[in-house]
Amino acid sequence: MAEFEDAAAGVVAKLSGELDEDRTTEVMTVNIGPHHPATHGVLRLVVDLEGEVVRDLRPVIGYVHTGIEKSCEDKSYWKVIPFVERMDYVSYFFQMQAYCGAVEQLVGLEIPPRAKYLRTLFLELNRIHSHLVWLGTTALDLGAISMLWYCFRERDRILDLFEMATGQRMHTRYFQVGGVIEDIPLGFEEKCRSFAEDMPVRVGQYEALLDRNEVFLQRTKGVGIVSRERLLDLGVSGPLLRAAGDPWDLRKATPYLAYPELDFKIPVGTVGDNYDRYRVRVAEMVESSKIVAQCLDALPEGPHIADDRKYVLPPRSELSTSMESLIHHFKLVTEGFRVPAGEVYNAIECPRGELGCYVLADGSSKPARVHFRDPSFVNLQSFREMAMDSYVADMICSLGMLDPILGGVDR
Amino acid sequence: MPDAPGLELIRGEIERERPGAVRATSFDREQAALVVDPEQVLAVLTWLRETPGQGYRFLSSLHAADYLPAEPRFGIHYELLNRDRVERIRVKAMLSDPAADDGADGQSPRTDALARPQDSAQPLPSIDSCVELFPTAEFQEREVFDFFGIHFRGHPDMTRILLPEDYVGWPQRRDFPVGGEPVTFTYNERNYG
Repeated sequence: MAEFEDAAAGVVAKLSGELDEDRTTEVMTVNIGPHHPATHGVLRLVVDLEGEVVRDLRPVIGYVHTGIEKSCEDKSYWKVIPFVERMDYVSYFFQMQAYCGAVEQLVGLEIPPRAKYLRTLFLELNRIHSHLVWLGTTALDLGAISMLWYCFRERDRILDLFEMATGQRMHTRYFQVGGVIEDIPLGFEEKCRSFAEDMPVRVGQYEALLDRNEVFLQRTKGVGIVSRERLLDLGVSGPLLRAAGDPWDLRKATPYLAYPELDFKIPVGTVGDNYDRYRVRVAEMVESSKIVAQCLDALPEGPHIADDRKYVLPPRSELSTSMESLIHHFKLVTEGFRVPAGEVYNAIECPRGELGCYVLADGSSKPARVHFRDPSFVNLQSFREMAMDSYVADMICSLGMLDPILGGVDR
Repeated sequence: MPDAPGLELIRGEIERERPGAVRATSFDREQAALVVDPEQVLAVLTWLRETPGQGYRFLSSLHAADYLPAEPRFGIHYELLNRDRVERIRVKAMLSDPAADDGADGQSPRTDALARPQDSAQPLPSIDSCVELFPTAEFQEREVFDFFGIHFRGHPDMTRILLPEDYVGWPQRRDFPVGGEPVTFTYNERNYG
């Protein structure tokens, strides 16, 4: 055995010796992806390496481009909703809100208070869900395999809630122009409340696993720093910007839905390294569970969808008794509603930053242009500077902390 | 948002420095927009960014839209944001299509729009790139080029970003034919030739 070890050590020494002789300043271009577990989707990176140090980097995107924006131009307004959900497939409620909010601004439709609270509730559940997927997969990249199972355990409870209220676990098509399609069912409130109570405890458990983990701390602290000014120039928003110490959150800055009536904080970081990015997102999960609990407490009574029959489907019970309802129903499901000409850019705070939806209406029942300003797409531009002159392993860590969703990048 | 009088004030101030830079203003659904001369769009963006009283320093989105029957047909939109006052303003530069016939025969200028091949030899509308001013515009200008075929002068890397490099055509244009592409599955070849 000892002989073998000696022999093995000799081989290793010889190998590294040879490597030492070969070690030059030659730059090698390496391709990573598009199919690679560490790229969080179908992202291809062309990396110039000097030894193990990244000297230049170019993300190549477009592998999951499906032409959703073009397809939207061929669908009536209400049929666009399932399309836009599938862009950023982890934060589907946000896509729906950005789009429905833009259409509501175009037609001048006010949504009832209960719908505002229900939307806020589901948006925040979705934010927790999105951050859980991020935390699980990014910790997995850094070798913390158990985090994935813990995060997906809680994620499953959120998906159960989505299924209970909407019938679907993902891509729920729950938000409609004018409100939400159905009220929450019996028993939802209790289940949701128990989740909102548990979640901060679970987050505490995640922190206990990661915050004192030597490997995790060494891999994240002081890595991937980009200055706040540079981030702003690059158009970066969301947790990445907040980790650099900028308390910019559209939920506070341009209050929409029920956010002005809710009490929550905006966590910020100090240095803007990968550790701060992790801290900010984890703290956001706690804040979001507080918002969920507050939404349940303050949930107003009343209709869950606006009562404007020109834009909103009539209740099913009326179809057999009211001729007008039948006509409206027929018009809405065949042609759809017409939207007066105009254009609107509606921006909301998605888990990754500012999610903007631009809708151009030409007066017909189909949008002339739907464009999404997706935060993953814009934030990806800062990746080169995060990974520059760091090790390849840190580049993978920075990519995870950047949290791009390639469905949103490519649309 | 600057309100409607605020928008007119901005217009007036730009007019004083650069006559003719602002062609129109619109205030619709609480959103303020300046329609500017495409040749002077960089000057207007610089003014809005650098003037102390304005400070629209964050470009939240750059996108394009095709207003097809209208002329000029392409609109480049710059959604600017002032983060201190939380005000948004949209700068719009309208470009016409140099490849379009001028309709000298009295016919509608675009009767052959669908038949016209969209190839690389076709002249493209172009506008100055604002990457120097707003580095965030790099990907977004490439995206606009990719889908609308609008060339940004001075962009460091004016190539397609989401579509394959060898793709022909500008798919987000309204006259781009929507239709299927033949999918060469072996099953289809066997059964349908």
